[in-house]
Amino acid sequence: MENILQQLVNGLSLGSIYALIALGYTMVYGIIKLINFAHGEIYMLGAFIGYVFIQYFHLPFFVALVGAMICCAGIGVLIEFLAYRPLRGSTRIAALITAIGVSFLIQNVMKLRFFAGAEPRAFPQAIEQKMIEVGPIMVSNIQLLILGTTVVLMLGLQIIVMKTKMGKAMRAVSVDADAAMLMGISVNQTISFTFAIGSALAAAGGVMIGLYYNSIDPMMGVTPGLKAFVAAVFGGIGLIPGAALGGFSIGLIETFVSASSIEGLSAYKDAIVYFILIIVLLIKPTGLLGKNTKEKV
Amino acid sequence: MLKVKDLTVKYGVIEAVHGVSFEVKKGEIVSLVGANGAGKTTILRTISGLVRPAGGSIQFKELELTKTAPQKIVAAGLSQVPEGRHVFSGLSVMENLEMGAFLKKKNQDSKRVLQEVFERFPILADRKNQDAATLSGGEQQMLAMGRALMSEPDLLLLDEPSMGLAPIFIKEIFDIIQEIQKQGTTVLLIEQNANMALSIADRGYVLETGSLVLSGTGEELLASEEVRKAYLGG
Repeated sequence: MENILQQLVNGLSLGSIYALIALGYTMVYGIIKLINFAHGEIYMLGAFIGYVFIQYFHLPFFVALVGAMICCAGIGVLIEFLAYRPLRGSTRIAALITAIGVSFLIQNVMKLRFFAGAEPRAFPQAIEQKMIEVGPIMVSNIQLLILGTTVVLMLGLQIIVMKTKMGKAMRAVSVDADAAMLMGISVNQTISFTFAIGSALAAAGGVMIGLYYNSIDPMMGVTPGLKAFVAAVFGGIGLIPGAALGGFSIGLIETFVSASSIEGLSAYKDAIVYFILIIVLLIKPTGLLGKNTKEKV
Repeated sequence: MLKVKDLTVKYGVIEAVHGVSFEVKKGEIVSLVGANGAGKTTILRTISGLVRPAGGSIQFKELELTKTAPQKIVAAGLSQVPEGRHVFSGLSVMENLEMGAFLKKKNQDSKRVLQEVFERFPILADRKNQDAATLSGGEQQMLAMGRALMSEPDLLLLDEPSMGLAPIFIKEIFDIIQEIQKQGTTVLLIEQNANMALSIADRGYVLETGSLVLSGTGEELLASEEVRKAYLGG
């Protein structure tokens, strides 16, 4: 029982990070139907920017976190402007391949010695890790920080999307870009806004994982990026609650498989995650929360 | 108010609209009628800036619309209710109306406009918290019209407002269009339902495969032999 609770906390912490990245995937997909494969790299850049702020500017952790979020929001907007906007109106496969290209470009530019170099770097312990005993289980203060920050960011996102004018415009463009233009909504601005928000969330995930795992490197975005994409599809791509649910689900599945007492199973944790994805999609092709929409006549 | 001159629109190599010219004067209801595929919707989409023409000009007030971004066209006082309504599903009725007033600053004024829309379409007030997708077709048409009126347009473009609606709703929608005109909004109406559209129109144009073939007052067109034969079943 203690073990299950313990793994639950571990799984939720990891799932938080997947959820934060998955939100960006799903929001961008919702608005321009693009799987932004460079999104994992935004998460990596977020970790490095946070690293620079803490290591060289000696900023407090949360200032570095917010700083990295702002920088990555800008980078996300810039990537959309330079790489995806010129391809608006071309085939989706062209945009998808471009996204993969942007992903490789960022990874390899970061591997240059001038930027980060290929070697992993130790992320400074801006907040010292302490274990806290909560009833029968041990929780680290960093796990709590990850969970707490994620909840705050998700609530913030919910408020932006549901209550603000830009958030409503974002939903309007997602369901019907032409009709949104007829309202006087600038589709380009709305798309930029979406990239900014999604990238900021990924950056937050990157900085927190740096603190949690202590190590960052230019390839760190690849696997979490892919898993977050799976999380977004799992929950129903294009749906914000789906991304959160998918992220937490995958974090939990992965953690429980790793911790399971069945011998050798933990080596297959990724295989099991993808296997479950395949099963979910076979049964419900639109994802857990997805529904098939029908046009009303 | 709106002057369309020699408008030509192409989709790839296919020419959908060939050199169409017409005009809408302040205070009028002008109907553009024609069969499915005649190019009516293309013309409206070009006016709103969603499609760029291959040639010709569209003058609205002092603005050349063929070179103006869609949001600036809305800001200039031209609003469109698209074919098939296109309400934002997943957004509530209220949020749909807010999107209609997207370019307006939030103030007393927008409250008054909202009140007017609710008075004209009481059903929208009753359902303001409901997801727009749950409305019936007729209610969605009212929402689409209410949404377009939220920007207080000088010129309202309506694309097939009667499409797919029960006759009782069609009658109601056409009554409302006339009320909108009486309150000072100019209307450009596009319809397959030529009978209804011409009977409320001050003037009308008949479009056939991308070209205008007839024009006149609503009454003249309703009485004309060609229109009767082609659209009104003899």
